[in-house]
Amino acid sequence: MTAPLLEVRDLGIAIGALDVVRGVDLSLGRGKTLGLVGESGCGKSITMLAIMGLLSEHVRVTGSIRLSGDELVGKPQSALAELRGKRMAMIFQDPMTSLNPVMTVGEQLGEAIAIHQPRMKRQARQARALDLLRLVAIPFPDRRLLQYPHELSGGMRQRVMIAIAMANDPELLIADEPTTALDVTVQAQIMELLQRLQAERHMGMLLISHDLGVVGDIADEVAIMYAGRICERGSVDAVFDSPHHPYTHGLLASLPQIDRTVGKLASIPGALPSLASRPQGCRFHPRCFHAQETCRREEPQLRPVASGAVAACHFAEIAVPSRKAEEVA
Amino acid sequence: MAENLALPGVRRREWPKWLKLPVLIGFGIIGFWVLVCLSVDFWPIDNPIDMVARRLQPPSFDHWFGTDALGRDVLSRTLHGARFSLMMSCAVIIFAVLIGSTIGAIAGYVGGFVDGALMRLVDVTLSFPPILLAMAVTAALGPGLENAAVAMIIVWWPIYARLMRGQVLSVKSREHVEAAVAAGASHSRTLLKHILPLSWSPILINATMDFGQVVLLTASLSFIGLGASPPTPEWGSMISEGAIHFYQWWICAGPGIAILSVVLGFNFLGDGLRDLLDPRSK
Repeated sequence: MTAPLLEVRDLGIAIGALDVVRGVDLSLGRGKTLGLVGESGCGKSITMLAIMGLLSEHVRVTGSIRLSGDELVGKPQSALAELRGKRMAMIFQDPMTSLNPVMTVGEQLGEAIAIHQPRMKRQARQARALDLLRLVAIPFPDRRLLQYPHELSGGMRQRVMIAIAMANDPELLIADEPTTALDVTVQAQIMELLQRLQAERHMGMLLISHDLGVVGDIADEVAIMYAGRICERGSVDAVFDSPHHPYTHGLLASLPQIDRTVGKLASIPGALPSLASRPQGCRFHPRCFHAQETCRREEPQLRPVASGAVAACHFAEIAVPSRKAEEVA
Repeated sequence: MAENLALPGVRRREWPKWLKLPVLIGFGIIGFWVLVCLSVDFWPIDNPIDMVARRLQPPSFDHWFGTDALGRDVLSRTLHGARFSLMMSCAVIIFAVLIGSTIGAIAGYVGGFVDGALMRLVDVTLSFPPILLAMAVTAALGPGLENAAVAMIIVWWPIYARLMRGQVLSVKSREHVEAAVAAGASHSRTLLKHILPLSWSPILINATMDFGQVVLLTASLSFIGLGASPPTPEWGSMISEGAIHFYQWWICAGPGIAILSVVLGFNFLGDGLRDLLDPRSK
């Protein structure tokens, strides 16, 4: 069996004495989409930065990150720069600020191509840039090449960002909340575009989001993160239909549903613990409705549960009522 | 259908907001002096080094600004002096900006120990009063315009280093820089194409304003005998010569007015540039 496109094993990220992320395992195959879900501050963005090798040297990264079997942890920056943009590309959250304001769209696309194909002729680069803009379905692509980012709308800028990410046909596309800064209607278009590109190019996509709806729509697998650890991971169907971790359950229960009238939206009580004061035992226990003595003492490990997913809860089998059963009731 | 859209880039011509009266005056003054520098050899005025009349003559129709202690025409010397002052300023500012902003950009981009070491060097240099440091350096190298220029570059580069470091630090943390790194850009490409193009405008404003200051410091050094040597028609040394003749005020008036106008002109220009380039100063 060939190595999966992206394999993260026991990833730990620490800044000084603070453990930001610990024991994260992820696996993503070619042509698949993995959703990484969690609330702000749970460590999903820093995990993605670690994969791209964009963390500063003050941050300690341990464990293993393999891109098609190629170990990335401990690789020198120069070697990582070779990979970035070529084999793995990234789309940032805010297209308003992630384009260079003093370069035209054409120059920026041309640059993304030139970094990895320095010998390509200028004209060939411009032709390729035009193709890329067509690929992301921007209207009047030839005119856009000469425009500056401030002349484009948010959705169009995000399309340009995607075009830049696609410049060298990456194997892995990391999308960090690609639609958070956009209008709802534009969000759907961008997600559709990403899905289409992924299918056409057979890319692996790591989608980072706190939008469960988006992840449920397009991801194949999903990993739920809480306070720097993965609490549940599995196929989207397994995790969404029968969540086994109380946190996952809480997240899903807090989604407003359009066909149901409720007086008050459900929420998970409490707040995400700060980095410095993460609780002993299970990190979720202070907010968990089912917390027992064991939860305060022992940190649960990920283990297989009935749905086929893995969950890190001592009481995964009994803590969460099946969602289906709930709906019937 | 798209042709009906108002295309960006095609704007109605109107009077630029930053082009106010002081800026126009600044343009006028500096334009005049640049013209003088380029064409003074062809003007129908006396040779600045020759003794052309009786000494210490007050202003008259023949000698508009009078004559100095050696009977040389003050107007002619003042106009010829522009060359030394302006060329000096150009040289000093260009080198100080190049050296200073290179060092500042490296300090800001690399950070850590390199940043600390370079910035302490800047602190040390800036802790000397500028005129004192320039005097010390010129005295060590020996008097002369070239050495005065070297001294002033040593005095001036830290200002640009500090300015550029601050700019680079603030631009470096912007998201588009991270995006460039994520696209695989090397350090030099990140710095040159994604950070510096957004960092240079305060440098330009400061450089314009400093032009006048350099003219002033050049004159100061010459005044105390560390700049231009005697027959050279340099404004500072002319004032120095004239200062002995207290009642013959016109000897100092010519170069004095020249210095005043150049400094004022560059300040006006600098203000205008700031209005143009820095959207925060209103």
